[in-house]
Amino acid sequence: MSDALSPFRICDFTGQLAGAGATKWLAAFGAEVIRIEDPVMQGRWDILRGNPPFKDERRGIDLGGAFNNHNVEKYGITLNLRTDKAKEMLAGIIAQSDVVTENFAAGVLEKWGFGFDAMKAIKPDIIYVSNCGFGHTGPYKSFRTWGPIVQAVSGLTFSSGLPGREPAGWGYSYMDHTGGYYMAMAIMLALLHRQRSGEGQWVDLACTEAATTLNGPALLDWSVNGRAMRSTPFNSNRAQFNKMAPHGIYPCRGDDDWIAIACRDDQDWAALEGVIDAPWCAQFATQDSRLAGEDRLDEQIAAWTGGFDKFELQARLRALPIPVAAVQKPAERIDGDPATGNFGLWPTVQQTAMGAVRVDGQPVHMSETDWRANRGGPCLGEHNVEIFGRLLGMSADEVDRLQQEGVI
Amino acid sequence: MTVLNDIRVIELASERISFAGKLMADMGADVILIEPVTGDPSRQYPPWVDDEPGEGRSLYFLHYNTGKRSVTLDLDTLEGQARFRQLIATADVLLESEATTRLGDLGLDYDSLGKIQPGLIHVAVTPYGRNEPLSDLPATDLTLMAAGGPPWNCGYDDHSLPPVRGWGNQGYHTACHFAFMSVLTALLARHASGRGQFIDVSMVAALNVTTEAGSYNYLVNQSTVQRQTGRHAAVQMTGETQVLCADSRYANTGVPPRTPAEFARLYAWMQEIGMVEGFPEAVFLEMGANWDGPFDLSQIGTDDTITAIFMAGREALKRIASQVSAYDFFTGCQNAGLSVGVIYSPEEVFEDPHFKARGFQVEVEHEDLGRAIRYPGAPYRLPASPWAISRRAPRLGEHNDEVFPQAAAD
Repeated sequence: MSDALSPFRICDFTGQLAGAGATKWLAAFGAEVIRIEDPVMQGRWDILRGNPPFKDERRGIDLGGAFNNHNVEKYGITLNLRTDKAKEMLAGIIAQSDVVTENFAAGVLEKWGFGFDAMKAIKPDIIYVSNCGFGHTGPYKSFRTWGPIVQAVSGLTFSSGLPGREPAGWGYSYMDHTGGYYMAMAIMLALLHRQRSGEGQWVDLACTEAATTLNGPALLDWSVNGRAMRSTPFNSNRAQFNKMAPHGIYPCRGDDDWIAIACRDDQDWAALEGVIDAPWCAQFATQDSRLAGEDRLDEQIAAWTGGFDKFELQARLRALPIPVAAVQKPAERIDGDPATGNFGLWPTVQQTAMGAVRVDGQPVHMSETDWRANRGGPCLGEHNVEIFGRLLGMSADEVDRLQQEGVI
Repeated sequence: MTVLNDIRVIELASERISFAGKLMADMGADVILIEPVTGDPSRQYPPWVDDEPGEGRSLYFLHYNTGKRSVTLDLDTLEGQARFRQLIATADVLLESEATTRLGDLGLDYDSLGKIQPGLIHVAVTPYGRNEPLSDLPATDLTLMAAGGPPWNCGYDDHSLPPVRGWGNQGYHTACHFAFMSVLTALLARHASGRGQFIDVSMVAALNVTTEAGSYNYLVNQSTVQRQTGRHAAVQMTGETQVLCADSRYANTGVPPRTPAEFARLYAWMQEIGMVEGFPEAVFLEMGANWDGPFDLSQIGTDDTITAIFMAGREALKRIASQVSAYDFFTGCQNAGLSVGVIYSPEEVFEDPHFKARGFQVEVEHEDLGRAIRYPGAPYRLPASPWAISRRAPRLGEHNDEVFPQAAAD
């Protein structure tokens, strides 16, 4: 199990989610991912290290819940790259790595003397994958981003919202998650290319470009028909492509409880109408009438759903069946929904400082080489002795001395 | 040559997985789209070329099926099943989103197909996974998103408004990202083992692990985030980050200034554009600029001075935004080292000078329409094995003769 990627070693400078999420996937499938962190800044180039959420009353650089979540199964070492000795040690690690990953602002690695050419000199077939907001070329290459900024610039914030209001955007870093997915794809594509050709390369991933591809049909509607979303009011809860109505999120009884309902066609509507069983339904018998009167239809549906408990209504509409789902709160989808638990989606890892803690697993299962999640995110420098010993042949005493000298 | 050139993918047409097939085709894979003789329903989705419905004119279908070939096959007939087996014998990947028992009922599940083609990587993308009966209930992007978590995190401060699902089938996209990552992982593993495998992708699970703090706050200490206008859902309500600019467009102020250097640059910028007078909180910006060492961010809201400095930072950004266009606010802040973003609509980013300079738009020839169409380009740039749209999306059954030459001869 978990040996799909075990031949590969990743020298990993990534942080936050956009980078760390990528190497989390690789580590889950057995790659040896070695996080390089800065001992002087206590690893804080990853701002999640030491930040909330915390499991208990303890606070500290090794206790950040998000950091742990994104760094399961990785190794952690420290290198003070202000020193020549640490640079020499880094070169020794790169010489034995398949991939170097980072999501700094453009040019940071180069400033340290580890640009792509320098790394190629150390390891001719090295794969280098950089992930930054605007990429390493172009007028905005020095601009800084994190998830919400990528979402803003790429059109994803704008395209999420209700009509007549400011954008609702995304209540989480959709593009840190997704930028990480594209980074993982890029790393694996480059590894496949190297398996076939023996050749490494530098992959320049611009998170804003990956994000912009996610509104493809809107871009074609613009480039072909000149239709701008800016001047076309929309409600993003409604159906965008194949026409469906009703298609929305409606209130239920209870505290901030909601339900999503979609009728794909007249058959779905007839089934729903049978449950609603009210005279007003008659005016909405056809798809055209439902689409033409969608605002009124939504008001009627909302007035009706408001009397139900969301899970009770979900059960009734599933029985028809039509597309329906309660808007699930975290507790409901994590502990209350047997489908996620049965899938094994929330593994418990052992993190050296935090103890046992649950994390996001992977939403796939592979019959021959499935993922693993046992060891939590590394404490700062947790694997210095093991990694420097194994890769650079250093003794524990030597590692201890380097730590006292401020090299690691 | 590009990286997946020698990989053949059989895709059983479904709107849920078409994006995964596109990701593979655009990296060079030979993706054969199997459609019913009536065509995949998404061929009938708007928007249309020139707003005129018709064969080969759905921009939705054109986008999600670039680079693929199309064959028609009726899997409910013995002949269709035989052809499908023939194709599988030549394939590396089967990508499908059928009902959980359908392929098994036809004798075409992984157990049988893996015997025909031991190297086959069979990816099944279903709402809740292959072992879950709920997967066979009807679902749309909206209902999968609701079940999987995103809408709970998205919407407005005013909780009398419904949670919001983002535009454009992003739930399908997320599942497709995992399908593609799984295929790449299995291809790397196959290099050593020579063997394929079966991959079970749960769409709702994919969304569950793509909600950041929504999940990990609960997992770590059982706290629940609340949705907030245009910014991260959080356990507590936080300060707004979306600001209205002088041209009625919005910008996202992102992480407000939080280092002394950032406060210093912000203060300098305000001086430069003559906004320090008339901004009483400027004194706190100065304090922030002169702060000794990093701020203890956990003290925001508790320590009066730190709180005042951070509030002044947010206020200053709002004040500047009200005086300039969203674009000038974006570039001005970025030039001052602040991570701020203009909230573009999709077509605005498509025409932005940075994206144009990087060649993000690509032209695809549509000989049948007598024109080239500009498409969104590469999500990643692999210079040695580049992303490319090799050809327009196929007409229905366009490649029947090419893929089944014997059938054509019969």
